[in-house]
Amino acid sequence: MGRIFCTSLRGVWALVKKDLVDELRTRYAITSMGLFALTTLVMVSFSTGIFALDAGLHASFLWIIVFFSAMSALARSFIKEEEKGTASTLRLSASPEIIFTGKLLYNVILLLGLIVVVFPFYLFLMNLPPGGNYALVVVFLIIGSACLAGATTILAAMVSRAGAKNSLLPVLAFPVLLPVLLTAIRGTSIALAGGKAGGVSSELTFLFSYLVIIVTASLLLFPFVWED
Amino acid sequence: MGVLVLKIILAFWMALVTIGAFVYAPPALGLGDLARIIFFHVPLAWVSVLAYLVSMIYSIRYLKKGMMVDDRKAALNAEIGLIFTVLATITGSIFARFTWGMFWNWDPRESSIFILLLIYCAYFVLRSAVEDDTRRARMASVFSIIAFISVPFLVFIIPRVYATLHPDPIISVESGFQMDPKMFQVFMASLVGFTGLYAWIANIVSRLSAVAPGTEGEENV
Repeated sequence: MGRIFCTSLRGVWALVKKDLVDELRTRYAITSMGLFALTTLVMVSFSTGIFALDAGLHASFLWIIVFFSAMSALARSFIKEEEKGTASTLRLSASPEIIFTGKLLYNVILLLGLIVVVFPFYLFLMNLPPGGNYALVVVFLIIGSACLAGATTILAAMVSRAGAKNSLLPVLAFPVLLPVLLTAIRGTSIALAGGKAGGVSSELTFLFSYLVIIVTASLLLFPFVWED
Repeated sequence: MGVLVLKIILAFWMALVTIGAFVYAPPALGLGDLARIIFFHVPLAWVSVLAYLVSMIYSIRYLKKGMMVDDRKAALNAEIGLIFTVLATITGSIFARFTWGMFWNWDPRESSIFILLLIYCAYFVLRSAVEDDTRRARMASVFSIIAFISVPFLVFIIPRVYATLHPDPIISVESGFQMDPKMFQVFMASLVGFTGLYAWIANIVSRLSAVAPGTEGEENV
């Protein structure tokens, strides 16, 4: 039991490493996602930066930027395997569960990288109201993007199997992720207004339970999507 | 013959429910005659969730057994569910206009039914995007299950977490049943009637799809 776990863990790690090395060589997803985020951020800042917006609007802007930038990059995670013709090799070399976990972790890392770039820039470009609980905002950004990656990974695999139509992913992911987005926006706006962790416990519970359920279900359903 | 009798009973039943909703049931306290919409709105919403549930069960069955007929039934039930969801949205929005002042104001209930509509539009977009029959069936089944997972969050959790103006007559734990007995009779009769109507529509549509040209019969994948 322990040995199987260790081998699968090693497989997952190998896949994450392969994707990261691949990404650092081409830098396609990173640059496109980063520039997309920057463009949106500059547009938002350019049009509203001079106004004093309240916390709710800041939270909505932040999550809209994160959601659409994430969609542009996460769609690539499986489509690139199909485009390069490496999907069949991947299918032969590891079990679907390992592939799913590896891709999920890679997507989470990608989104955390996005947040590391976007959030400081957001603080820099927009004049946020003082007194925000930024530690809690970061907690929401992390758990929210884990939810984004969790639900999007299997959908990205489905899109790659549906003839690699790039624009299909936001259409599929948006309704599935809307509960997450609404909750994350609400939690982030409370945190930006200076709320304490006790005041948003229901939002945190909601996001956490959604994450657990969606990852479990995806893990069970992934073999049907992945194998012929 | 038994089925025919059932259909006739259903026709009379629905007629009685409609008459009862306007004549027999008393106007509710506070809301007055506006409350009569629950005899139609709530059963519509109930049937829309039920149809989606049935659709998901057929999707699971397809993934387990690989029979094309299950996938087709899943799609048909989703279509019926979509129609009922649209009707529930319209009736709810009429109610909202005359009690809260606006047709649409993003009450948590309104948000959740809007997301439900989007989910099943995405389901049909996905179905139309995949060319290959087997692959379409698989992708649609997986999406249907993934999407249905968020339904409990939408229907039960979001309206609990966020303050809503939506009246909560049937699934409220705190207040229990506080309906007038006459209203309750009509309400339950209406739920039964609409469920029967749904079963009938599902039956007709699935028989029609089995004989319609262009659809292959049962096949193993």
